[in-house]
Amino acid sequence: MLQTISLFAPQLVLAFFASQLLSTGAFAKKDISVGVRYFAVGVLVLYALIGFVLGQPTGTAFKGALIVDSYSHYMNFFLGMSAAAALMFSKSFFQTEKLDRFEFSVLVLYCTLGMSIMVSSNTLLSLYIGIEMQSLALYVMAAFNRDSLRASEAGLKYFVLGAISSGLLLYGASLIYGFTGSLEFTHIAQVVSEGATPGIIAGMVFLLCGLAFKISAAPFHMWTPDVYEGSPTPVTGFFAGAPKFAAMALIARLLVGPFGDITTQWQQVIIVLAVLSMFVGAIGALTQTNIKRLMAYSSIANMGYALVALSAGTQAGVKGMLIFMSIYTITVIGIFACILQMRIRNGMVEQISDLAGLSKTNRGLAIVLTMFMFSVMGIPPLLGFFGKFFAFIPAMEAGLTWLVVLALVASVIGAFYYLRLVKIMWGDENENEFVQAPKTLRGLAVITALLVFPLLLLPMISIPAQSWISQAAASLF
Amino acid sequence: MVVTTGLLFLSAILSWVALYKVGIGHEEADIKVLRWMDVGDMKADWAFKIDTLTAVMLVVVNSVSALVHLYSWGYMSDDEFKPRFFSYLSLFTFAMLMLVTSNNFIQLFFGWEGVGLASYLLIGYYFKKDTANAASIKAFVTNRVGDVGLALGVMTVFLVFGSVNFDVVFNAIAENSDRRLPFLGMEFNAIELIAALLFIGAMGKSAQFVLHVWLPDAMEGPTPVSALIHAATMVTAGVFLVCRASSIYEAAPITSGFITAMGAFTALFAATVALVQNDIKRVIAYSTCSQLGYMFFAAGVGAYSAAMFHLFTHAFFKALLFLCAGSVIHALHHEQDMRKMGGIRKKVPITYAAMIVGTLAITGIGIPAIEAKIGFAGFFSKDAIIEAAYSAGIAGSGSGSFAFWVGITAALMTSFYSWRLIFMTFHGDYRGDKHTFDHAHESPKVMLVPLALLSLGAILAGAVFYKYFMGNAGDFWHGALPSKYGAGHAAIAPDYLMAAAEGSADGYDTVKHTGPFAFLFNTFHGYPRWVLFLPLIVSLSGLFIAFMMYMRGEGAAKHIRTVEETGGGPLYNFLLNKWYIDELYDVTIVKGARKLGDIFWKIGDVKIIDGLGPNGVAAFAAGSAKRLSKIQSGFLYHYAFVMLIGVAAIIALVFRTVGG
Repeated sequence: MLQTISLFAPQLVLAFFASQLLSTGAFAKKDISVGVRYFAVGVLVLYALIGFVLGQPTGTAFKGALIVDSYSHYMNFFLGMSAAAALMFSKSFFQTEKLDRFEFSVLVLYCTLGMSIMVSSNTLLSLYIGIEMQSLALYVMAAFNRDSLRASEAGLKYFVLGAISSGLLLYGASLIYGFTGSLEFTHIAQVVSEGATPGIIAGMVFLLCGLAFKISAAPFHMWTPDVYEGSPTPVTGFFAGAPKFAAMALIARLLVGPFGDITTQWQQVIIVLAVLSMFVGAIGALTQTNIKRLMAYSSIANMGYALVALSAGTQAGVKGMLIFMSIYTITVIGIFACILQMRIRNGMVEQISDLAGLSKTNRGLAIVLTMFMFSVMGIPPLLGFFGKFFAFIPAMEAGLTWLVVLALVASVIGAFYYLRLVKIMWGDENENEFVQAPKTLRGLAVITALLVFPLLLLPMISIPAQSWISQAAASLF
Repeated sequence: MVVTTGLLFLSAILSWVALYKVGIGHEEADIKVLRWMDVGDMKADWAFKIDTLTAVMLVVVNSVSALVHLYSWGYMSDDEFKPRFFSYLSLFTFAMLMLVTSNNFIQLFFGWEGVGLASYLLIGYYFKKDTANAASIKAFVTNRVGDVGLALGVMTVFLVFGSVNFDVVFNAIAENSDRRLPFLGMEFNAIELIAALLFIGAMGKSAQFVLHVWLPDAMEGPTPVSALIHAATMVTAGVFLVCRASSIYEAAPITSGFITAMGAFTALFAATVALVQNDIKRVIAYSTCSQLGYMFFAAGVGAYSAAMFHLFTHAFFKALLFLCAGSVIHALHHEQDMRKMGGIRKKVPITYAAMIVGTLAITGIGIPAIEAKIGFAGFFSKDAIIEAAYSAGIAGSGSGSFAFWVGITAALMTSFYSWRLIFMTFHGDYRGDKHTFDHAHESPKVMLVPLALLSLGAILAGAVFYKYFMGNAGDFWHGALPSKYGAGHAAIAPDYLMAAAEGSADGYDTVKHTGPFAFLFNTFHGYPRWVLFLPLIVSLSGLFIAFMMYMRGEGAAKHIRTVEETGGGPLYNFLLNKWYIDELYDVTIVKGARKLGDIFWKIGDVKIIDGLGPNGVAAFAAGSAKRLSKIQSGFLYHYAFVMLIGVAAIIALVFRTVGG
């Protein structure tokens, strides 16, 4: 029992405090949203670190329903930190938009709990529970501005399409259960290694399609631009980071775990998803004028790059995916911390043209945002370059040179719209001036910018970080 | 300014020390500094190979460069971009030193391109002048043509010998002398091919006929640059290359014959053009071209030491002439047209004196056929070359005797145009703007000191170094140049030279002629006296003709008027327009290249590369983006439809390969 608790401590922390905050908020006489937010941030940090405080225990809990290994420790840390960052940068937005409610913080906590169950899941059932817990929270968050037509539409669209994807997922899970007679990953792996029947393969494809929706890989990406645009900006920022990473991590666990012996079969699926995502993301972004829609397509493309790494099917591939996604998540948080600073006197703006002449009116913001743009483009020495480097090398080694060539072509196309943003900031005449952003936002932007550029490249950080990620990737195999 | 000049004087002094140590003391060195590239068998070092040949070049480069740096203090005093000018000059000197100290072909190529770059930058130094920009591009493009030859030559060297190191290559020539290589659909002897390709490079850099067109235009650069790069050092790189690779040329008699003929022709061609030019710097530029021709035919007949000797003395007197011309130009407020000069010797006496010294040196005034060595620098080196050509001709080399007679003719012309320059510039009546004449003044001391030092060189360089360069006294060359000549070269036997240098009684004076002109046909140190006297005689004739034309009566003014009135005769115009070579190139190569370029640009680039490449892809991407945004309709059922189609497609794909 005690062992189970120590293994499951991060999730327990989240579940306990989320329920606690919910009931406190419900019965509180006055608005306690600010206090709840800070408390929730503290809880998330605690969640991120508790695994390390307890000495990184490993094992399975709840009769094998959940597995705790280096992989899930790494993910817990990263998910907790990025959720905390997202919660921090939501503060000023919700306050000025008069939307601040304590439920938002609670939803973030529940969503994170769902994600942490996803990355630790060891049976199809826990997988589904995790996904649904995360998704339900996200549906509500997308429609959090319930008075806004666009936000409600976004939430509804997300919910309906999410339901379809859950249907696909469940159908796949039931096929697999039917053909293997088990929900447990270890048992499925055993059956698969004895010979994969078409039923299992079909189940796997449905399962993957359902999960592809969560990472918004093409052709399951259609919801992304609309939901990104319609949701409140901090929610979009949250969407783009942690949930994507969690779903991607779950896909990796699924692929090398139960389906590790049918690499050739799932490899094709992943490659198709990767190529489609990269090109839909790169090309679709070309004509966008709204920066949130732009980021939606950007995230589609980036999921494609992460899938390129996974398609190698090797340990190096998983490591490459982890590095790429970690860097991408940091960058996205930074970019949204910048987007949230786009406020003129009349309110928030989100058109790309609103950034015109930013280098003259707000040089600091322009420099930071330019750095992020160069990072996602993959220009050394910024971190984005290393992300792509580690993502593409395993695919090269696995003999998928043509896939890497396509990825590079897509990167070149994608560079266009990132560069256009830079050009607008530095080259165009400014039209309006942004009001001074609150300290938290500026601080977050600067911290992530520092992470993207100099800090994470320092050898005393980059070398242990790499070995940590290697260890996390190794624990899957 | 101070830094570059100071350091160059230091290196100049050190290079004289090096010449003494290497030439007299035989302390050759081959210092490897760094491995530069190591790709397969291809290995090249950054290295310094210091033998006598290099030491001579070091002296030439560093001395002239140092003096030119100093001179530029005065000449460029009112220029606003002095730091740029001096850094270019120093960059040039660095590249030139890399070139001459190299121990392999790759580093040599590096230096070769480096001096080409510096030359380009300095010709176009006055970047606001269209003509300067055009001239710099012309120089660069023409040099590229030669550089292709050099690059191919170096590659062929590597192909044949598997190495680019000088020592390795030169030692392996004998065993490869029969190898044949296909080139342009024909088969050639490998060594001949290498020699010819390297010579094409040398032709470009040293402005030999066909590739000479850039040198006169290069005079658009500041005058100190003309003195340093386009007279004394860079243009002699081709001669240096041929001498450095003398082992290769020894084994390539056909190419050597070609070099002889080409050098001789250039000497004659450039001299004829120089006869009628009116721009003071262009006269000297064509003179340089002509003198380079001399050096090449000397190298062609195998008299590498004579070529190097002329290179050495030429550096002094040609730099002197250029700097004097610069001094005149400086005095007359950047007037370069000799038709607008005249009678300024009183205004610039020191320049005038130095110019006279330079002219005496280039026209080769001295006393031949006596034991004591009396004469100006050019006398020794040019006569050595002419004698070498004579010996080659006697030994049966057709190109040798051609070169001999051409050399004599060109010497006549050299004398004429050099004195014409003096007479038109310094004598007679002033023909330009009165105001300019009144303000004409002698140059400042920083410009006169280099003139004085170079005058000293122009007077003494020949007499002092004759026995080392030509006589190989004290084994001066120490194997840096071949002491025995190959079968293809029947040129001057070194014994002749040794005897001539030491003035000892020798065994070659045996045949005694009789008769009234016996004196002329009897030999002195192996050469009939008429051969020895002829250069001096034609030189004095040139002086005489020039004097008669430009000093008698109205002199220059009359000729200038005649030309203005009549437009000059056909021969005059033919020469004035440099044999219409530029026009010929314009009609054939430039226009042709432009047409070809048009084709590549309009069809190849715009339609094919841009059309299918950047623009095509961009159009495709933009089109796809439009189609994508059409699908992105915002309707829920569209989205769901795409998702389900996606699932179906993926299932189909997977099961196509599974076959289940």
